[in-house]
Amino acid sequence: MSDHEFGFDTLCLHAGQVPDAATGSRAAPIYQTTSFVFDSPDHAASLFNLQTFGNVYSRLSNPTVAVLEERLAAIERGRAAVAAATGIAAQAVALLNVLEQGDEIVAARTLYGGTLTQLDVTLRKMGIATHFIDSDNPENFARAITAKTKILYAETIANPSLNVLDLAAVAKIANDAGVALCVDNTFATPWGCRPFDYGAALVVHSATKFLGGHGTSMGGVVIESGKFPWDNGRYPAMTEPSAGYHGIRFYETFGDFGFTMKCRMECMRTLGPALAPFNAFLLLQGIETLPLRMERHCANALAVARHLEGHPRVRWVNYPGLPSSRYHDLALRYLPRGAGAVLTFGIEGGASAGAKFIESVEFLSHLANIGDAKTLVIHPASTTHRQLSDEQQRAAGVSADLVRISVGLESIEDILWDIDKALDKAAS
Amino acid sequence: MSDIRTLREIFARGRTVAVVGLSADWFRPSYFAAKYLKEHGFRVIPVNPRYPEILGERCYRSLRDIPDPIDIVDVFRKAADCVPIAEEAVEVGARVFWLQLGVTNPQAEAIAAGAGLTVVANRCIKIEYARLFGGLNWCGVNTGVISSHRPSMLPR
Repeated sequence: MSDHEFGFDTLCLHAGQVPDAATGSRAAPIYQTTSFVFDSPDHAASLFNLQTFGNVYSRLSNPTVAVLEERLAAIERGRAAVAAATGIAAQAVALLNVLEQGDEIVAARTLYGGTLTQLDVTLRKMGIATHFIDSDNPENFARAITAKTKILYAETIANPSLNVLDLAAVAKIANDAGVALCVDNTFATPWGCRPFDYGAALVVHSATKFLGGHGTSMGGVVIESGKFPWDNGRYPAMTEPSAGYHGIRFYETFGDFGFTMKCRMECMRTLGPALAPFNAFLLLQGIETLPLRMERHCANALAVARHLEGHPRVRWVNYPGLPSSRYHDLALRYLPRGAGAVLTFGIEGGASAGAKFIESVEFLSHLANIGDAKTLVIHPASTTHRQLSDEQQRAAGVSADLVRISVGLESIEDILWDIDKALDKAAS
Repeated sequence: MSDIRTLREIFARGRTVAVVGLSADWFRPSYFAAKYLKEHGFRVIPVNPRYPEILGERCYRSLRDIPDPIDIVDVFRKAADCVPIAEEAVEVGARVFWLQLGVTNPQAEAIAAGAGLTVVANRCIKIEYARLFGGLNWCGVNTGVISSHRPSMLPR
């Protein structure tokens, strides 16, 4: 007899939490505590030795945060997850869990700027080298793999260039080489795409974006598929006695969630980016409505993209959901329910018109985030990328006329009204 | 068989567990599991010819030497060693033949299943208990448990 397989929407509401054993509380309780009492010295020893399951200190685990972790593992169809204070912290602990001095990463060169800098500057300072490649041709990953490569890294939908990754092709290259593929699935969300279905070993998220969905709470998560063979010879840190935790062999002891346990007991314990329980609670509230919100996010984004494509004050529109996108076929394959909420367009009049557009919107919010329920706009050339030369901006995929919109859940007529009004003002 | 209903039945009915290949070294997975089972109310009977006693329990050379009835035979041995252990498990009248995480042996499993034993393979008894009754959820593992009822057995 096999267990009933619950649908995605049910998992968004239920996975990770049954009513509280002590009180019957239906909502996930907020365990706002740093520490948890031991029953006896022997119980404490068992906990420290990982011989029993339980909570010790909220830097390692917390029951509210654990609900979020299990729910995300469930909706990504993974085995286990560990949450961190932000998305960038989550990917740092994921990478440092298996990388050490002398190791290498092969990564898409279109990564989000914060991620790119983490790999290219911060990890490089630690002696970990990243080779950046054009991910539009999956073979470029294969060509850059060496005996030292531990991770292939890419985004399902790149930020802000919106390239869609050929997940199956890249995962095959990774698995044939015995290298773990780590995918940032923030833009697609598990509602849109589940990288484990195509063979990824790890998924990371900035939960700050669509998962939380309301722009209230930072958070990140690392999820492991439970299917990657960490004992293939490339990852001695997973199979040999841990110098970081009592000589435990994590893969042997915890099997298909050994990566997550190691991440928790080594990286979270010694680097410390724990997620606050209250943030976990708010992120959980968001995930309950993820399927409903993503449906509307994608519908509104497509409507905005179509509207702008024929607009006289717009030079070009980049949205993988449009047939004009070079990533449209990949979007149909990997994002069949919708190509996400983010699009970019080129404004007629270039940099000065872009800045004027941003100043002229009525209720669209000018800020550096995506995935809020509210519509967000930014003109990178006059803000986040202002210090760069024209040439550097082009290399970063940011043209002077580029405006990015994270389309929200407002009435679509109002979103189009505000965009049209600001485009008119920018042209005058 | 490792669906939730089967596992609940195994744990509800079986409280005496013979742990074959139990190590006396505190950092070995078998020691973890046996200590956990003891702490959660199971009677653990160690089976390992190398030791007189583990975890304060008398250690036996083989399943046949154990004088008391055994509910669950939990095997921490490599796959190649499992066939004679399955035969012994049948002989001593165990109800469950359980092969630990990373261990499968179709022949041994068939011997046990053919004699009417419930067979679980490639699973850790400690992890599965904590998955159903609480504990595993605290470390972010996808337990697969979806329910609107309070946990039926409280973890210690």
